[in-house]
Amino acid sequence: MDAFIHQVLAGLATGGIYASLALALVMIYQATHLVNFAQGEMAMFATYIAWSLVNAGVPYWGAFFLTVAFAFVFGVVIERVVIRPVENAPVLAVVVVFIALLVILNSVTGWIYTYTIKTFPSPFPKEIGLGKFMSPHEVGAIGVTLVVLVLLYLFFRFTPLGLAMRAAAQNPESSRLVGIRVGWMLALGWGLAAAIGGIAGMMVAPIVYLDPNMMGGVLLYAFAAALVGGIDNPWGAVIGGFLVGVLENVLGAFVIGNELKLAVALVLIIGVLTVKPSGFFGKVLVTRV
Amino acid sequence: MAFLEAKALHAAYGQTRVLHGISFAMAEGTITTLLGANGAGKTTTLRALCGMVRTEGEITFGGQRIDGRATEDIVRLGIAHVPDGRGTFVNLTTEENLRLGAYTRKDRAAVEQDLERVYGYFPRLRERRTQQAGTLSGGEQQMLAVSRALMLRPKLMLLDEPSFGLAPLIVRELFSILRTVNERERVSMLVVEQNAAMALDLADHAYLIETGRVVLSGTADDIKKNDAVRRSYLGY
Repeated sequence: MDAFIHQVLAGLATGGIYASLALALVMIYQATHLVNFAQGEMAMFATYIAWSLVNAGVPYWGAFFLTVAFAFVFGVVIERVVIRPVENAPVLAVVVVFIALLVILNSVTGWIYTYTIKTFPSPFPKEIGLGKFMSPHEVGAIGVTLVVLVLLYLFFRFTPLGLAMRAAAQNPESSRLVGIRVGWMLALGWGLAAAIGGIAGMMVAPIVYLDPNMMGGVLLYAFAAALVGGIDNPWGAVIGGFLVGVLENVLGAFVIGNELKLAVALVLIIGVLTVKPSGFFGKVLVTRV
Repeated sequence: MAFLEAKALHAAYGQTRVLHGISFAMAEGTITTLLGANGAGKTTTLRALCGMVRTEGEITFGGQRIDGRATEDIVRLGIAHVPDGRGTFVNLTTEENLRLGAYTRKDRAAVEQDLERVYGYFPRLRERRTQQAGTLSGGEQQMLAVSRALMLRPKLMLLDEPSFGLAPLIVRELFSILRTVNERERVSMLVVEQNAAMALDLADHAYLIETGRVVLSGTADDIKKNDAVRRSYLGY
């Protein structure tokens, strides 16, 4: 029983990380109707920046917030420079750009930092651990995830800028008519998504270790989470994230073994897409023909 | 000097030319209507005025050229557009829709007052304030679109077919509120309508548009008396 509880709680910790990244995917999806395949590599690159800062002697939380700021700016710049020119291009062209971004970021990071696996520090003190149930880092990661989620909720729900970003994502033309600069709202969305991804990267790195391919699996889980919840529903993505985290951990520990864990995500993706393409909380789109 | 003036406006969607040199002008504080059949270029004219279609020709508003400017910047000059199809943010609440109308304003206290003011004009919207705007009826969404434009405290309102799809009783209520807003708050209005009778009752001046050109203009009363207009647009 203890082992089971431990696996569930550990699943919640990684699930929170998947939830954050899934939320980043949903944010971009809502504005552009495309899934940013490079979201994971952007997060990985930001995590390397954090590693460099920590190694240069910056205190952990200083490095943390500098990295979040860097990731935000990085996301905005990518939208302005890389995504903007293909705004009206066919879907396939944009997908190719996303994949190119993924490969470029992966190789550039490998070129700068080498592919050697590195350890990444966890900032959380031993005291917050829950004995045999949860490590300090797992407790801390859940805490950080929840803080991020609450801040995002408050931002989108209660600030004029958050309202404008929601408006721009769902009705660009009406948004322009009330004076919202829609292009900048999209860029801000990319910045926010990248910042959330950066946090997810820093939280997952102590668990999976730092290497240029570390986000491959995480992005798959996040993608599964977003699909389970419904790719157009931020709440669904968050719930999906926790669900996928727990499922992956429990199945991995007791049913299929750790080697096949990633298959859980793939089975979920294919299962949801065939059985309930709109996810459990997503909007069912009906088109009249 | 005219408050709003368009000179020789040309516009096209791809290869299809829609406006062939439209010219018109309106004075501050007045209500002007553009009349015409389907496809005459009324909606395109309004879209041209706020930079939503690329145009050739000159548009001046309050003495400055506004043609070629971005829609977002034209809004900041005080031009509010109530678009064709109402432009509702369907997933946001009624009140969020209204607050978006005041997005460019910095005077927060006055925005709160204006919220009360439009709820005063349209009490139905107050009842629906926390409801998703997509669930509102057609008439309520039209009231919402007009109210969202009012939240800008505009100098000029562009109204595209405000009567479209509404029951006659609601149209009469809406037009009487537009009249009140015009008289009390000196908001100038440019109204595009297919319902010529209602529009001529509301407006001070009228332009008749056919296939992208102005074919007739004058005071609303003169236009009403014009035989051709009576036969083709008023139907008696």
